[in-house]
Amino acid sequence: MTIEKTPVTDFATDFDHTDPAWVADPYPIWEDLRARCPVAHTERYGGAWFPATHAGVTQIAKDTENFTSRTVIMNDGRPDELALPSPIGVAPPITSDPPFHQIARKLILPAFSPGAINPLEPQVRALCGTLLDRVAGGDVVEASWDYARLIPPSVIRQMLGFPEADTNVFIDIVHTVTESVDLPMDERIAAFAPIEEYFVRQIEDHQANPRDDLTTFLLNAEIDGEKLAVEHVFGTMILILVAGIDTTWSAIGSSLWHLARNPSDLERLASEPDLMPVAIEEFLRFYAPVTMARLVKHDMEYLGVTMREYDWILLGFPAANRDPAAFVDADRFIIDRAENRHVAFGLGIHRCAGSNLARLELRVALEEFIARYPRFTLADPDQVTWSQGQIRGPRRLPIRVG
Amino acid sequence: MRVVIDADLCQGQGRCFSIAPSLFGFDELGNGVVLVTGELTEGELELARLAEANCPEHAVGVIE
Repeated sequence: MTIEKTPVTDFATDFDHTDPAWVADPYPIWEDLRARCPVAHTERYGGAWFPATHAGVTQIAKDTENFTSRTVIMNDGRPDELALPSPIGVAPPITSDPPFHQIARKLILPAFSPGAINPLEPQVRALCGTLLDRVAGGDVVEASWDYARLIPPSVIRQMLGFPEADTNVFIDIVHTVTESVDLPMDERIAAFAPIEEYFVRQIEDHQANPRDDLTTFLLNAEIDGEKLAVEHVFGTMILILVAGIDTTWSAIGSSLWHLARNPSDLERLASEPDLMPVAIEEFLRFYAPVTMARLVKHDMEYLGVTMREYDWILLGFPAANRDPAAFVDADRFIIDRAENRHVAFGLGIHRCAGSNLARLELRVALEEFIARYPRFTLADPDQVTWSQGQIRGPRRLPIRVG
Repeated sequence: MRVVIDADLCQGQGRCFSIAPSLFGFDELGNGVVLVTGELTEGELELARLAEANCPEHAVGVIE
């Protein structure tokens, strides 16, 4: 059950990122807000602000003095009701603030550095090939649900060292985690019980049979000579699921949606595979899937508005990426854009720790899809649906391949 | 001209070493490191400037 909401009439004073108009096409809304505000406000969610400019997003993303990351998904719960553990936060390090943040982040960065991620390319490629084999034969491929959706969980499952036979169990878990953000807090907590049970089983198995994977790595990791608290290990596992799955699914889906509607871009990528790394950055700029949230630490005047303690900030990296003050022809997709300082992975100390993995999955998923189907179009634009919330991407995407 | 990375600004966005792997590598945390010392050749300078123009954190700099 999601909470009933009234429709938005003015996004400058009453915005809601779950409003159908925002879900369907947020870009004209952001353009309008940049011209009018540029920091939009709403009393929904207990009070929230949305900076629509690149400069505003940058300033807040880098300001850990005035904003806290301990909750990064905007919801109806108030922070004092959440009983947030300190200093770890529910999903370290994304929900951690300095100084603990840096300790928790340094711990996981080596596992997601290019040195650790690049060797995964053959297995990601093999996975994409298998998924494409499975949907082959028809004239229409469900490119989101049957392809893009299934790539990140399999990669993460392998990284965590969970059994291959559990792939479907794992995909169900991922969906509970990512889709429960809209639920009331008590239902959310209930939905997490079976996940905790599954993770505890996996943790116990890894304690008994240590192996070369992320779970064993987390279990062996130490801070100041002490093993990590169980909540820390569990919280980081949840983070890896929440942050690593819907996000990359969305990026792959949006990119395929673009190519299905823009045959000249598809033709260029099919004939100039070396262009892919540059194109990937433009896909990430233009269709950045992730919006983050912060909480205001104390009452203050900021960016020309009066913020109160515990107001939310909806931190729109996708909106920053469309700001004409920061990008030439910001509203044009330019597949060979040479200068592209996009902020799809955030800015500052919370830069997406999984960005190297996300790029690898996005690139290989597109390369394999195009290699299999050098020409494709949208089968039925009316069937395309988009996710609601802070992660934006197509959830149904029927593509005509024959 | 030389190229530098400001380690205080670098957050491991990974753009420099993707664009110019001949000039930049990465450390254990995935942060960028400069691989070349001294004056840049003309070709290197062009790549360094491209990396500079793509670093979201403004951590890459081309200096005298």
